[in-house]
Amino acid sequence: MSSITDYIWVFIIGGAICVVGQILISLTRMTTARILVLFVTAGVILTGLGLYEPLVKLAGAGATVPLTGFGFVLGKGAIEGALEDGLLGAFTGGIKAAAGGIAAAIFFGYLAAVIFTPKTKK
Amino acid sequence: MEHQERKKKEYQDKVKKKMPKSNTFMECVRAFLVGGLICCFGHFISDLGRLWLRLDIEDSALFTSIVLVFLAALLTGIGVYDKIGKFAGAGSIVPITGFSNSIVSPAMEFKREGYVQGVGVKLFTIAGPVLVYGISTSIVVGIITFLFFR
Amino acid sequence: MQVISKKKGRQSVVFTEPPMVFSSASIVGDVEAKGPLGSRFDLILDDDTWGEKSWEKAESKMFERSVRLAAEKSKIDLNEIDCLLGGDLLNQIISASYAARTLKIPYFGLYGACSTMTESLLISGMLIDGGFREMAACTASSHFSTAERQYRFPLELGNQIPPTSQRTVTGAGCVIIGNANKCKDGFLFKSIRITAGTIGRIVDLGITDASNMGAAMAPAAADTISAHLQDMNRTVDDYDLIVTGDLGKFGSEMLFDLCKEKNVDISGKHADCGCLIYTADQDVNCGGSGCGCSAVTLASYYLERIENANYDRILFLATGALMSPSSSLQGESIPGIAHAVVMERSCCI
Repeated sequence: MSSITDYIWVFIIGGAICVVGQILISLTRMTTARILVLFVTAGVILTGLGLYEPLVKLAGAGATVPLTGFGFVLGKGAIEGALEDGLLGAFTGGIKAAAGGIAAAIFFGYLAAVIFTPKTKK
Repeated sequence: MEHQERKKKEYQDKVKKKMPKSNTFMECVRAFLVGGLICCFGHFISDLGRLWLRLDIEDSALFTSIVLVFLAALLTGIGVYDKIGKFAGAGSIVPITGFSNSIVSPAMEFKREGYVQGVGVKLFTIAGPVLVYGISTSIVVGIITFLFFR
Repeated sequence: MQVISKKKGRQSVVFTEPPMVFSSASIVGDVEAKGPLGSRFDLILDDDTWGEKSWEKAESKMFERSVRLAAEKSKIDLNEIDCLLGGDLLNQIISASYAARTLKIPYFGLYGACSTMTESLLISGMLIDGGFREMAACTASSHFSTAERQYRFPLELGNQIPPTSQRTVTGAGCVIIGNANKCKDGFLFKSIRITAGTIGRIVDLGITDASNMGAAMAPAAADTISAHLQDMNRTVDDYDLIVTGDLGKFGSEMLFDLCKEKNVDISGKHADCGCLIYTADQDVNCGGSGCGCSAVTLASYYLERIENANYDRILFLATGALMSPSSSLQGESIPGIAHAVVMERSCCI
């Protein structure tokens, strides 16, 4: 079980990553799609540069739950794949590591979309 | 022609200056609070995963993602997530729950266009670009690693 | 043979036998019903799918029912209506065309985005004054949920809406106009004439933000107002009121500015349907928009105000933003348009 200090770091880092997104939205009116793409890509690149892993060690879910964390999983998987299995690993590593998350998103997304019907905003 | 361009520029500047603006500072505060809370909740789930299911660090992160994706899909379905989003902005877009919301919300709205060309296609309106750029970048990072660091 | 010219100046027309307004009807959703005009609408939908399978079907049903209702209210048979002119916001104006499928009235589909109501009134007026048709139904509709999914974001997406945005009105309004000699006792209105109109030009001052349509359309409204006054050789004082369609709060503010630059002072004489249809506490940011906005406000409120002699002459101009989702993505700016009609009180024969 994590300590209170751990949770404080999770809160601060997780919140701060979201604030970066909010500043982009507020100042440039970026759409949801662009924000998500930007954060995933940024996560992969930062991981490639070796900058994201320390953040994950420090903040746990504070760094893995934001979409940059999804990028971290992809990036880390690709690096490990490349180191272990060579060129083929560079291709399969990222998506292999992220497979669980992607599969869950598609599966639950589909289920929810089939079960529920959208409601008009009041 | 030049006069026309100048007039356009003047008008655009005036609009930019006078238009009602949202309070960026308060938006950031709300994004910080909600984003931080979602991450803490995620951390709590991963703690539970390690404690009860005896998962290792990487598996508990995956477990967390799956639980959060499920919960966000459910909240989107019952019409709650858009209300959270209205309050929190990026605070509920940036976490993986926002990714889930961006998958479910277009898909459920296009059920009337059919399960293949409606739901199936629209499931990826926002998730599609995310996967395209995320996976492509990861391959580039992998290739660079293969070429220079192996 | 001597032809009397009905053309006036570069953009305007003056009717020699001004068509009369006979009847009107309005149908709105429940959010609009909670607004200040709530009690004036003819029909209110509790559920915005109105028992249909999709919102698109519901919008088309509103369009159709508003025509039937307008005819019913004045005991006009649908066969007496020579022409149906109207449109909506959806791709290929499906709401209007699918409604016309069952109405069986000779039909012109119009796309003028939110300017559709005055576009149809103006063209109908010309058809009637020209003697080609004797009675025409002018209709426009919009629906919040159909417009959101076509132009903006999924309803359940958790994003924030900027304060310049406006809410698309769920509603359909129909106004039946005709040659004065068709005027009968049982008609809803007996003293409103459409005397003149001004065809708008596209004006685009380079606004690209699709969530700031008021600012994109205001220049077109200012252009049409000043062209109208110039063509007609009139001033603002010749009107009791100048009503714009859906500029909203911020768009109206920009309109004042733009008019002032042209030395036209409309302050104190201006009203905007987008500002009128919702109350301030309804969380709609800058107000209402959509074809239905000006259509239901005219049909339920302004016509009655003229009939009851609250106003003698108003200039009514609906404003439209003629962009598409593709043009927005391609970074194109938003072309605005505004068509104007003059409505006057003058009694039946």
